[in-house]
Amino acid sequence: MAENIQTQKPKKLGPGAIFLIAAVLIYLAVLMIAPIVALIAGTFRDGVEGLLSALSNVEFLAAFWLTLKISLLVTIIQAILGTITAWVLARQDFIAKSILNGMIDIPFAVSPVVVGYMLLLVFGRNGFLGPVLASAGIQVAFAIPGMVLATLFVTMPFMIREMIPVIRGLDRRQELAAATLGASEWTIFWRVTFPALRTGLIYGMTLTLARALGEFGAVLVIGGGAQGRTETATLYIYRALEERQYVGAYSAALLIGLCTVILVAIADWLRHRSTSK
Amino acid sequence: MSQAVNPALSITKKEKRSPSELGLRSITFIYFAVMILIPLVVIFQDGFREGWQEFWRQINLPIAAHAIQLTLWTSALMTLVNGVMGLATAYVLVRYEFPGKRLINAIVDLPLAIPTLVTGVMLVILYGPQRALGAFLKEELGFRVIFAPPGIVLALLFITLPFVVRTIQPVLMDVDRAQENAAATLGASNWVIFWRIVFPSILLPLLNGVLLSFARAVGEFGSVVIVAGNIPMVSQVAAVYVLGEVESENRLGASAVSIVLMTIAFGMLSISDWLYKRWER
Repeated sequence: MAENIQTQKPKKLGPGAIFLIAAVLIYLAVLMIAPIVALIAGTFRDGVEGLLSALSNVEFLAAFWLTLKISLLVTIIQAILGTITAWVLARQDFIAKSILNGMIDIPFAVSPVVVGYMLLLVFGRNGFLGPVLASAGIQVAFAIPGMVLATLFVTMPFMIREMIPVIRGLDRRQELAAATLGASEWTIFWRVTFPALRTGLIYGMTLTLARALGEFGAVLVIGGGAQGRTETATLYIYRALEERQYVGAYSAALLIGLCTVILVAIADWLRHRSTSK
Repeated sequence: MSQAVNPALSITKKEKRSPSELGLRSITFIYFAVMILIPLVVIFQDGFREGWQEFWRQINLPIAAHAIQLTLWTSALMTLVNGVMGLATAYVLVRYEFPGKRLINAIVDLPLAIPTLVTGVMLVILYGPQRALGAFLKEELGFRVIFAPPGIVLALLFITLPFVVRTIQPVLMDVDRAQENAAATLGASNWVIFWRIVFPSILLPLLNGVLLSFARAVGEFGSVVIVAGNIPMVSQVAAVYVLGEVESENRLGASAVSIVLMTIAFGMLSISDWLYKRWER
């Protein structure tokens, strides 16, 4: 059917069409391509040496390392909890299910600053749970655990939204067959279910990782951005800009941007490959 | 839908409620409670702890009110431009063949991948006052982009570009071309065909994308704090105001403005959800 429409499409473009295409191309060039080119040009302002010295800066490396650690930890936690949540929402029926379903997208609608601030209200010095945790010797606010929680909050929907349709699409007859043959729940999960979930899982994890690497507002508020302790790569960029270390800021921004764009591209490629098979 | 596929399966599911299933459900409840429910309850309780009047006073303080208004009008202006240009982009991508189309199609998704802080850095480099383009705009045309509302609108446009395009695109692909061909045979102009046949069928996804953009823009922080800075009464948006109040330990003000931001965003998402469900039927 789609092919019919394709062949019906007139090959020659009218003046109206050309005008519309030109308008869209100019809009995208000004809005998106020009800023991207500006970032690349700004990064190489002092040549490759400027870029290399900016990226080998000890403070930047420490910040980038912290970002990497937090993001990988968040991705692993999210892979487990996100899959469990998606499983429960896709397979089970219970009273509060529609409420939970409605809550999944809440993190998309909350400003990152507000995310950090809410966590501060819960886990801070005078917070709701702060004193309890403090007496147990656990510091959440202005420390790594708080930053992990903030990143978990902002990345929450990715894994769940990705996995719900995947789990719904599973062929349950295979599971039932395995159960009839006497396999335990655990065996069924690892031998039958998990292999079918793998592609979706990797896709969701890649998106989660990309989002986590770039998080800024939430980790700024809950972490405080103390240099050498709670300064992530994005917080380093923010500080470098304020201290007018422009090449340092631009190089770090380009590196983080490249990392996230490449991750998302890999995720899309994986999805494309699995659907075209 | 999935429950309806095979009734035999759902019956066995209801009968067998194994401990591991209940375990998983408990984990989910605890996850949602700790991550979402408790923080939301705590912030709403904090914002209203001195009552409605104090809440109202906090959001009407001159600097707070200005920040909220600035957020709302820049988001609204972005939404308008994004609605028109997003529709045009989707239309061009679906209906026309031209060189570079695949590249454009790929570029549309970039804002979803690029951290918003990086977006802010890009715009500052391009339009900053010490840069060629920024200096030209300022000296020759008296037009400030950075540390001013135009920069905010540009940043919001960049970030929300995919929302409108990607909600309209699949629907536009499914539009039945036979009706348009019939109208063309009857002598209708392209313009009439668009407004009478194409536009009504993509109105709901357009509204959907526009509402999502608005919800996303209201809370935007990373790009705007870089592009607009933190000048009260001039370029300070609501999210940046919240940060300032948190740092100066005015908890009541921070909570009140946070509640306003979340209420607006949730409202937009709920309307979008409701529209979507109506449209599905």
